[in-house]
Amino acid sequence: MAVETKEVKWKRLPLSSNYAIAYAVKDVDVDVVSAYPITPQTTVVEKISEFIANGELDAEMIHVESEHSALSAAVGASATGARAFTATASQGLELMHEILHIASGLRMPVVMSVATRALSAPISIWNDYSDLMNARDASWVTLIAGSAQEAYDSIIQAYRIAESPEVMLPVIVAYDGYIMSHTYEPVLVPEDNTVVREFAPKNFNRFRLDVDRPMTFGTIADPKWYYEFKYQQVVAMRNAYKKVKEVDEEYREVFGRGYGVIETCCLEDADIVLLTYGGIYGTFKEAIEKLRENGKKVGVARLRLWRPFPAEDIVKTLGGAKLVVVADRAISYGARISGPVALEVMSTFYGDPDAPMIMSVIVGIGQRTVTENTVAEIVDYSFRVLERGKAPRETLYWGVRGVSYE
Amino acid sequence: MSSAQVKKKPKYFKTLPQIPRTELFAPGHGLCAGCTAGTIVRHLLKAAGPNTILVEATGCVEVSTTLYPYTSWRIPWLHLAFENASAAASGVEAAIKVLKRKGYIDPDKPINIVVLGGDGGTYDIGFQSLSGMLERGHKVMYVLYDNEAYMNTGIQRSGSTPKYAWTTTTPAGKVWPGNLRNKKPIAEIVAAHRIPYVATANPAYPLDMLNKFKRGLEVEGPSFIHVIQPCPTGWRFDPRYGIKIARLATETGMWINWELDHDEFDVTVPVKRRKPVREYLKMQGRFKHLTEEQIQEIQRMVDEEVARINKLVGREVIGPVEE
Repeated sequence: MAVETKEVKWKRLPLSSNYAIAYAVKDVDVDVVSAYPITPQTTVVEKISEFIANGELDAEMIHVESEHSALSAAVGASATGARAFTATASQGLELMHEILHIASGLRMPVVMSVATRALSAPISIWNDYSDLMNARDASWVTLIAGSAQEAYDSIIQAYRIAESPEVMLPVIVAYDGYIMSHTYEPVLVPEDNTVVREFAPKNFNRFRLDVDRPMTFGTIADPKWYYEFKYQQVVAMRNAYKKVKEVDEEYREVFGRGYGVIETCCLEDADIVLLTYGGIYGTFKEAIEKLRENGKKVGVARLRLWRPFPAEDIVKTLGGAKLVVVADRAISYGARISGPVALEVMSTFYGDPDAPMIMSVIVGIGQRTVTENTVAEIVDYSFRVLERGKAPRETLYWGVRGVSYE
Repeated sequence: MSSAQVKKKPKYFKTLPQIPRTELFAPGHGLCAGCTAGTIVRHLLKAAGPNTILVEATGCVEVSTTLYPYTSWRIPWLHLAFENASAAASGVEAAIKVLKRKGYIDPDKPINIVVLGGDGGTYDIGFQSLSGMLERGHKVMYVLYDNEAYMNTGIQRSGSTPKYAWTTTTPAGKVWPGNLRNKKPIAEIVAAHRIPYVATANPAYPLDMLNKFKRGLEVEGPSFIHVIQPCPTGWRFDPRYGIKIARLATETGMWINWELDHDEFDVTVPVKRRKPVREYLKMQGRFKHLTEEQIQEIQRMVDEEVARINKLVGREVIGPVEE
């Protein structure tokens, strides 16, 4: 079935987020793919392999012997001028960790998809965001998609962002392992991918390994210079904030879809706003819409851009609420407030006399089920907090055995 | 005069004046005085020429040639980390292939891809990515400069450190006699990957070494050149003796220059009469604590290895010890 949006002809395919990403990699004409199998990422690379095997994508596939090598090879390919892609999850992202910093430090526009998954031990193949949150300080632009369609669109946007001269940073497109990686949704994919390739043309005119113009990449920098290199990444991240919005707006103009940096629902007059990220937003939204029907003044927002953290948009979006409840799916152990995004929201509002109360809740660790009832219970509790006029000073661990909150 | 001579008629460079004069390894680097790694790299780039991309593992050569804002490299050069030079080079090679195919770069222009790694980055931490690169068959030449310890971090033992050698993590004391283990046979382990070309080389025999670099770049698929690299700082010798010690390594049979070109194995630098290993050992402070029995044990190990190599070649390419 072809759907018409602007001049783009679409076909509607039933795709998992993993497959949607593989389609985006094909449509954006990636040159080199290097990856290592890990659950729940694997079907991304399986699908890409099919595309290459069938001649639908002209790319080199490097069947590396580890994730560490997967990212290393992607950086090598990117340094040579190729458009490089890799995909991973969980332990794989941990194994890559060293090279995460090297990819960004060398300013290589690699794009990587992360089907987020809990970390060992105990081993869990199920979802949470512990893996992604550990990559927080690696200087990767990080988008968190909330649907298979958004995963597809974000990969295309990611190359535009990564390769733009004012950014030149690698980009992660993350999404929920299993909850999204292995569930199917209708996804619109252009019938002719020329339109995608025109939207995201390759930036080959960048510093690269070129025998006609020899350059040294990956030098040693002593205390006289190292700081300047790192400060340039700070500036690049600031630029990325603007660029992410700009590319998304342009994408909306061309393709009829855009996401901004924060998606919201039912914020009008909301006393309480829940903030979350990834595919779990769907459950939150359903719950909140029902609570709204019952007259509860509650709204919900989804953080799409994690790095750079969209502080201005957070203030604009959440600043009007009386209480902001941040539902994190990762734990920063030993911190009084241990939700990574909650910490960030609190630091954003720090010192603001009009700041809302902020509460940190942990849910969905190791894919502990979060239903609409869970959300409703959290909202009930939040209204009690609002009445008391004082948010808990510590993170709440919702849904764990032996712990309950009154 | 040395009894060791280059036997095979060199294919590419027959005489020293034939070595290109172009210097692609710029002077002014920060390697230690007398470091033979500089000699090896300089010759490597002469053999490879300007159409070469070099990927380097973290190590002595990496840190001492690229202190920002300076560089010693007149060819494109990339360094990521310690253990992944082979993986990064795999990415470079794959990128060159696809970029040529898609017309981004001239498809008719041959571009060499070379990895340079020390013994730590090859025997130990980089071994997995090396094995992966070899198994996948990337057309990359891996050059190992082997100074037999982690010299860049201050002379710690590696999988390449020879038996009884002193290092800062294998000090000779009342209990330990220095390093307890034998050197890992890395070139043979690499050869077990059945890649087209594996060779050992020695900077004291520059024509042999250069010809091996050339051959390594020529074959279709991965190649591996293992080069002995005497280190004045770590081996504890006067900086002026680097090449002399390198030559003694071959003359005593401690280091045998061989090549495995597809299925053909040969010793490229035969030694008619060997010198005793004592002559090699006594020049280096790292072996100064050795007892007579330990020296004799090393002599026996070398004798056995020489017998094994002679058997492999099918004739006596390395002769007996002559005091």
